[in-house]
Formats: sequence, structure tokens, C-alpha cells
Amino acid sequence: MELIVPILAAAVRSGTPILYATLGEIITEKSGVLNLGLEGIMLIGAYTGFIVTFNTGSPLWGLVAAFLVGVAVNVIHAFLCISLRANQVICGLAMTMFGTGMSSLLGRSYVGQTISGLGVMPLPGLSSLPVVGPVFFNQDPMVYMSYFLVLLVWFLIFKTKFGLKMRAVGDSPLSAEAAGISVSAVRYLSTLLGGGFVSLGGAYLSVVYSHMWVELMTAGRGWIAVALVIFAIWHPFRAALGSYLFGGVEALQMRIQAGGTSIPAPLLMMLPYILTITVLVMISVLKGRGRFLGSPSALGLPFYREERE
Amino acid sequence: MDRGAKKSMIKIEKRFYISKGQELYIILASIILALLSGALMLRLMGVNPWEAYGMMLKGSLSDFYGISETLAKTIPLAMCSLAVGLAFTMVVWNIGAEGQFVMGALACTAFVRYFYTDSAIVMLASMTVTSSLAGGFWGAFAGFLKARWNVNEIITTLMMNYIAILLLQYFVYGSWRDPTSLGFPMTPVFPESARLPQFFASRVHAGLFFALIVALILWIVVRKGVWGYEIRVSGQNPRAADYAGIKSARNVILVMFLSGAIAGLAGMAEMAGLHRRLQPGFAVGYGYTAIIIAWLARLHPFTIIFVSFFFGALFVGGENLQIAMRLPLSTVQILQGLILFFLLGGEFFRSYRISLTFKKR
Repeated sequence: MELIVPILAAAVRSGTPILYATLGEIITEKSGVLNLGLEGIMLIGAYTGFIVTFNTGSPLWGLVAAFLVGVAVNVIHAFLCISLRANQVICGLAMTMFGTGMSSLLGRSYVGQTISGLGVMPLPGLSSLPVVGPVFFNQDPMVYMSYFLVLLVWFLIFKTKFGLKMRAVGDSPLSAEAAGISVSAVRYLSTLLGGGFVSLGGAYLSVVYSHMWVELMTAGRGWIAVALVIFAIWHPFRAALGSYLFGGVEALQMRIQAGGTSIPAPLLMMLPYILTITVLVMISVLKGRGRFLGSPSALGLPFYREERE
Repeated sequence: MDRGAKKSMIKIEKRFYISKGQELYIILASIILALLSGALMLRLMGVNPWEAYGMMLKGSLSDFYGISETLAKTIPLAMCSLAVGLAFTMVVWNIGAEGQFVMGALACTAFVRYFYTDSAIVMLASMTVTSSLAGGFWGAFAGFLKARWNVNEIITTLMMNYIAILLLQYFVYGSWRDPTSLGFPMTPVFPESARLPQFFASRVHAGLFFALIVALILWIVVRKGVWGYEIRVSGQNPRAADYAGIKSARNVILVMFLSGAIAGLAGMAEMAGLHRRLQPGFAVGYGYTAIIIAWLARLHPFTIIFVSFFFGALFVGGENLQIAMRLPLSTVQILQGLILFFLLGGEFFRSYRISLTFKKR
């Protein structure tokens, strides 16, 4: 137990940035908009979170700023994909290039600096529970917030009127439009809100996880989140499960590396990527070749209002 | 007073026809707007944008050396773009040209290391085959997963990029490292027989012919042949393809194999023609830029060669920017992102026309 508990606790910590990003992308995709720019948006979030925390001394401001900048950057994606009906795959790739480039260019003078960031805050009572306590309740506030966010996103999508509109727009924009829902407005809102959470996931990496800014520090986590949305079948609870699974692999990999091993580091670092492919294949095999339940039918397709038949 | 009657109207209409000239105007306008917003961004960072752009132009296209360097970068860009362009023709999103390029480079380096012979013809021919196979299988794996279980190829090809680059690190930091390199992660220099010739005392190498030949073959096969028609139908209308008896699943694997093979061949050309030794950092994102190039060239093989030259100049210009103004290479990445944004926006005006009408009372 003494060996496993720290690894599990580390799994939750490492899984949290991926969880934020996955939840954000679920919100976006539920409305039918595919955003493949996660990697770039997370980097922008990580950069923004870091410099604002560095300059104000307050991690809270850093995180708030990252959220807002994430929303702002996603205006580009929303405008091009929703208003101008651009190809969503290519637009997402452009977002990744832009975000990666921007964060590297602007952040180069901050490389090597550190911040005190956000620390651990054990929850009184809960944290002294055996196993569950140290794993889930001896964490930083952002981890606790992610628990709430999982519930909140679930509630938003499945229990609110806006969630119903979101699902309608994502599954059948034509019927939604006929029912008087503004397809564009719902898609804009979902894309912007989702982008905010993706960016927050990036900020977690710099402000809470590592307390510094490193170029390309997301190392593919944005893409892993895109894959996890499929693994989660667009459901927030399964997103949490998937994120902690990846967090676990990362924690294990770091533990093995720190413990001194004959396995070369590059081979160990391949694990999350291999796991992503494995997980995707597994879910695809299980669900057969048809569409997934929960997968928005109109995902990635632009909506042409005037071509209604 | 009826205010509505005085309001001017903005109306969006669908275009039914667009001339080649109009299309060109839209593309040029998109690129100019992208460069202007890039200028604004540089200005906000306190850099003189015109000086920066001038520096890029001067480094890449103003003299023989610049143009030769641009051509040297055109080779991998064109081949990677031809690779992804082939896949995009079938609407298979191969985002993995970068990884396939790396695998090609790895494979031919392995060949040089383990099966070295003195005969240049034997060496180069075998390296060509090995690298194409390595890149091809790297791509076909994603193609197989897509064909068999409908696994999203965007994510698998991307993940395999990360894996390929880690594999490269494993070898150059590990058993392939040159013992005389003073600890630098690089393999020994390729022997004479494993090198493609360079021309005009520059770094332009015979890989240029690879690119031209591949473009010609693709033009014939994809634009003129039956198979090309099949994959285009499969891409644009999978159901119609099924009814026509086209074996889409088999074609997905084949297209991904060929696409990967072209990118792998680019990796071989880059090794044997330019770097002549394997070291990390030779893959600077050509595989990603290729996506923009293929898109911009509307997947046409000859246009791809031409557009690659433009992006080659952007890369060389970016390197000059790095030396002369100490701006990192990520500036080029931002410019690429911006160009892509504006091209995507411009696409709208290809299929729609905005007309302003002023209503009189």
C-alpha cells in the first residue's frame, strides 16, 4: 500500500490537466464542432497562466487569465468554423500551429524562471480516510475543482435546457433550427466555453504541476485529450476515468525513471502514446464499426442554413 | 418612420461559378492579409515587421545562395506534401508525414550501418527501398486500423509521430551514437557510396528529382488513372463508392502505405542528400507544413511543387531571421498558422459571394 498510494495520488495529479482539456473538448464537440487545436490552446493556457502568475504573484489570477485567453483564442476557431464554415480539421491544425508558435515566441524570455504556484491543500477530515484520502483529498485546489467540473459538465450537458440545445445542435442542426434554436449561437458558446477549460488544463501544467514554463511543455497531452473524448464516448465521468488512467501511466513512468532503470528514457516516454493508440483501438473494436452512442452525428460538419431542403 | 426601408442589406449568396482568376485573387488576398496581421503582431512585440520581412526575403530569394537553400528545403517539403496530398485526395487525414519522414531517415541510416557496401548504385537503391517500406508501413498501420475498426487516423498518425521521434532519440542517444562525436547525439557520417550527389556547389541534391518524379507519377495515377478516380470517389462519397463496388477499406490501407512511403523516401533523400548523418532536430516540422501546402495547392501534384518552393523560402527566411534579428523559428510557425487561418477564411469567398445592396425608399 505504501508503494501504491503515492503513485495513485500522482496519477490524479498528472491526469488533471488532461481531464480539464477533455472536458472542454466534450463541451465543444457535443455541439458538433470539432476542435483539433487543443495542443496549441493548452500551450497558450500554460504560457498565459505562467506569466500572469509570475507578474502578479497570484496563481488565482494566472488561472483566471488562462481561462479568459483560452476563450478569446477560440473566437478564431469559432468564427472560421461556424460563421465561415471552414474545414474544421484543417482549422484545428492551424490553431495548433498558431498556439505552439505564439507560446514559444512570447515565452522565450521566461524559460528557466520559477513561480511558487499553487500548493497542496489537504481537505480536513476527508484527507485522513485510508487510501482514498491521500489519493483524492490531499491535493491542490485545482484538482478539487476538477471533481466539481466533472459533475458540472455532466449536469450542463444532460440536465439543463442549454445542454439539450447543445445535443440537438450537435446531432441534428436542421431539426434544432426548425425548433427555433440558433445553431450558431449554441455552437459559439460551446466552442468558447470548451476552449476556456482546455486552456485551464494547460495552465494547470505550468502554474500547479511544474511551477515553470517550458517550450512545448504539453508534450502531446492535447492530442491525448482528443483521443480521450472518443474513449469517454463524450461522457464526463468516463473522461475522468480515462484521464486518471493516463495520469497513472505518466506517474508510473516517472517513478520507474526516478528509481533508476536499464530501460532507456525514450522508450519509457513512448508509453502514453502507445496507450492512446491501444485505447482507441479497444474502444473502436468494442463498439463495432458503427457510430458510437453519444457521438454527435453532425460532428465536424459545417451547418448550411440556406441549403435547407 | 419606417427605418427598415432605409437599411442597406448585406446578402450572402452561393456562387455557382468561380473563374481561375478570381480564385487566384482570393488566395493572394488571403496570403497578403496573413502577412499583414503577422506584421501587426511583430510590431506589437516591438520588432520592425518590414525589416523582418525584408530580412526573410533577402535570406531566401535575393541571391544564388538563398535560392539554393530554398530549393534544398523545397525537396522534403514537396515530398511530404505530395504524401499527405495523396491521402487527402481520399479524405484520409494523414497527419503523420512527420513520423513517416523520420522512419524513412531511421531505416536508411540502419541500412548504412548494418549492410554497408562500396557500390553506390546498390546502396542508394536499397536505401530507397528500405526507407519507402519503413515509412509505408508506419503509415499503413494507421490505415489498417482505420480500415479494419474505423479508428480515427488523425490521432493514430499523430501519436505515431511522437513515437517515431522518441525512437530516433533512442538510437542517436544510444547505440548508434558516433563514438568520436564528443558526446553529441549523432551517428557517424554516411560513407561516400551512401550519398546522393549535390549540385552547383550548393546543398541542392538529387532528391529534387525524386520529388519531380513522384509528382509526375502521382499526376498520372491520381489525376488520370482509374485507381485515382476510385480513391477520389471513396473520399467524396463513400456510399456511392460502395455501390460502385470500390473496395474502400483496401484502398485506405494502400493509400496510407503509399503516402507513408513517399514521406519515408523524403526522409532518405534528406539523409543521403543533405545531412548525411542522423541527428535529432533534422525533423523541423516539414510534415506539418506539408498539410498547409497540400491544402493550398488543392492537392494538385505540380502546384504542390510550386507552393513548396514558397514555403521553403519561408523556412530559409525564418532561419535568416533567427541569425539576424534573434527571432526564434517559432515566428515561422506563427506565420504558417496565420496563412492557414486566412486561407480557410478565404475558402468561404470561393463558394459564397457577399453582395451589398442599398435600398432606397
